[in-house]
Amino acid sequence: MKTYDLSELALRNLRESSLRNSLTTIGISVGVASLVAMLSLGIGLQKLATRHLAKSGLFDTVVVTSRRDLRGFNREDQRSTASAAESRTLDEPARQEIESLPDVLEAYPDIRFITELRYQDKPHLTMVSGIPDSARSNDAFTGIPGSFFSSETAPEVILQKSFALELLGKTPPPGHEDDIPVGDLAKPLLGQELTMRYAQRVSAPESAQNTPVKSGASDESESDAAYSVISREQKLKIVGISDLDPDSMRGAARARVFLPLKLAQELRVMQPSDVRDSMRGFSKQPSYSTVSVRVKNPKNVEAVEQAIKKLGFNTFSILDATRSLRQFFAVLDLFLGIFGSLALAVASIGIVNTLVMAILERRREIGIMKAIGASDSDVKKLFFAEAGAMGLLGGVVGVMLGWAIGHVINLGTNIYLKRQALPPETFWSVPWWLVGAAIVFAFIVSLVSGLYPAARAARLDPVQALRYE
Amino acid sequence: MTLNSNSSSSPNGAPAIRIVDLCRHYKMGEALIRAVDGVSLQIQPGEFVALLGSSGSGKSSLLNLIAGLDRPTSGAVVVEDRDLAQLSREELAKHRLRTVGMVFQSFNLVSRMTLAENVDLPLRFAEVDRGQRQALTRQALERVGLGARMTHRPSELSGGEQQRAALARALINQPKLLLADEPTGNLDSHTGTEIMNFIREFNQSLGMTIVMVTHERALAERYARRMILLADGKLVDDRPNTAANASLPEEQR
Repeated sequence: MKTYDLSELALRNLRESSLRNSLTTIGISVGVASLVAMLSLGIGLQKLATRHLAKSGLFDTVVVTSRRDLRGFNREDQRSTASAAESRTLDEPARQEIESLPDVLEAYPDIRFITELRYQDKPHLTMVSGIPDSARSNDAFTGIPGSFFSSETAPEVILQKSFALELLGKTPPPGHEDDIPVGDLAKPLLGQELTMRYAQRVSAPESAQNTPVKSGASDESESDAAYSVISREQKLKIVGISDLDPDSMRGAARARVFLPLKLAQELRVMQPSDVRDSMRGFSKQPSYSTVSVRVKNPKNVEAVEQAIKKLGFNTFSILDATRSLRQFFAVLDLFLGIFGSLALAVASIGIVNTLVMAILERRREIGIMKAIGASDSDVKKLFFAEAGAMGLLGGVVGVMLGWAIGHVINLGTNIYLKRQALPPETFWSVPWWLVGAAIVFAFIVSLVSGLYPAARAARLDPVQALRYE
Repeated sequence: MTLNSNSSSSPNGAPAIRIVDLCRHYKMGEALIRAVDGVSLQIQPGEFVALLGSSGSGKSSLLNLIAGLDRPTSGAVVVEDRDLAQLSREELAKHRLRTVGMVFQSFNLVSRMTLAENVDLPLRFAEVDRGQRQALTRQALERVGLGARMTHRPSELSGGEQQRAALARALINQPKLLLADEPTGNLDSHTGTEIMNFIREFNQSLGMTIVMVTHERALAERYARRMILLADGKLVDDRPNTAANASLPEEQR
């Protein structure tokens, strides 16, 4: 039989006993709906989690440390590969070499130091970090109250929200920082001045003019590594407050105050690595404790990491940190999918039942069709088509139903969140591939369910079937 | 429908149906039923044969074997030079579709479908184009006088009308063989005559070979040109109909 005739006949047959067939189709719809709702919840939660991580702006960042630095991020990695490549100093030539690697957008030294910031004559101790101009487009700095730095050397700072809270003397209990909108913090702080006290590293010849606080020059040398440290002050204007925690990857060592990178470099603030290098006495020129590398595309992070490792440095990226997270969501999706499929499995038994009933009911009709020339495969295809049509229809209705269920759950959760004075979130996402896959899955499940009834109908003996009243 | 009229013998002179030592046995509990038991016979193209016998004589079983609805236990049924016993299930379906047309005592129309859909069904199985199908269906129903009732369901029609629709369906794929199983069994004598006149017309003007099962001797004598008597699955009598003018239409007698 031709496909068109077949489907026409199948749909016609489905319409005949419409109550039973629509109940079966509703069964499939509910199964597909639960599958879609479950999976879209899983996908939505995953998106929510990765969105929060992505907002940190570090998905495309690789942090490079020297293998000599015992405080590197990947100690195990360091141990295992230290012999594979020669360990190198992370200095300016090394930075340039890394920057010239393919897929690398930029590599900038990580300048960070703990220092004292005075606000309205009260001292506050925190980690300060220089950020490059390219961070302008970072999610953490777009749309914030205030603005990004006016220039690469402007004496300006952006505060992380928790530091802003500290300056204002507001200390909400842990976990409730989000209760205070960042906008409320911006009003009293934007345009205000902070005074940063810091230790400047000054090369030895110049040091005579200044008041030496501490001399870190190595004993035997008149090398470039000799330097003095002078206490300095710098006035900084607060231009912005970031709601997010762009430096969260550093954990406890994360910075809460951000300076323009060029400014931080010019200030020549004493870095923790300076002391260490000078103690070991191999430093001809200043080295960096870490270099941050921005990659063109998050997809390339792994390749760039490998390339940098080959150069003899240690690397760390947020992808390493999210690997276990992604694994967790893969398992979650699997479980949600299995639970969702259970309903569909029950529905498929419904299809088998409906079609077997249809065979009993239409036994005589099958006999007639065979008597006037229908082949086994004609009969089989007809029952297949009926099962498939129910599956297809059930799949389409089910996707819509699942979409609606997800929407309602999302709406309900957001109403709850609003009552708890929390910002609304999207927990739930139905990607197009899920829509397609759910319909195809329902169709295939229905065809499989139709296998037995179709085979049974096809094998029916026409002489016996015709005798049946 | 365009059938070349009166091709009463095939070019090579081979019989339309050749049955050799045909048996169809089946078990019913412990007992072995010999529904057809060693029947041999030949039917020439264009013949009008009546299979007579009391109920349980095996005449319907024999007809089902010729129709390819059933398979013999042993022996051969050769229709149009093909032994049905050797055919696959698919080939048998094709035989039922193309070579034979069947009508039954209980009409066997699909009750959920209209007359047009019923008559159209064998064309669908034969994969005839849509446009062509509509014309053929209309033609076939008009031929049996049901052109105005195409969209009616079988339950809305009288028995005679249903049997006429069944005839239209049997002929739609232009088979060479019409097999009728008690075609007038459920009809009153007037409508029965009407149906029999159609069958005779198909035999005479279209040259179809007719095999009709009946238990009414009078009906067989009036229409058939040859009468075969079965009893207990065996052929007991086979002779030409001696009744005068058996092949002429009733009104010409």
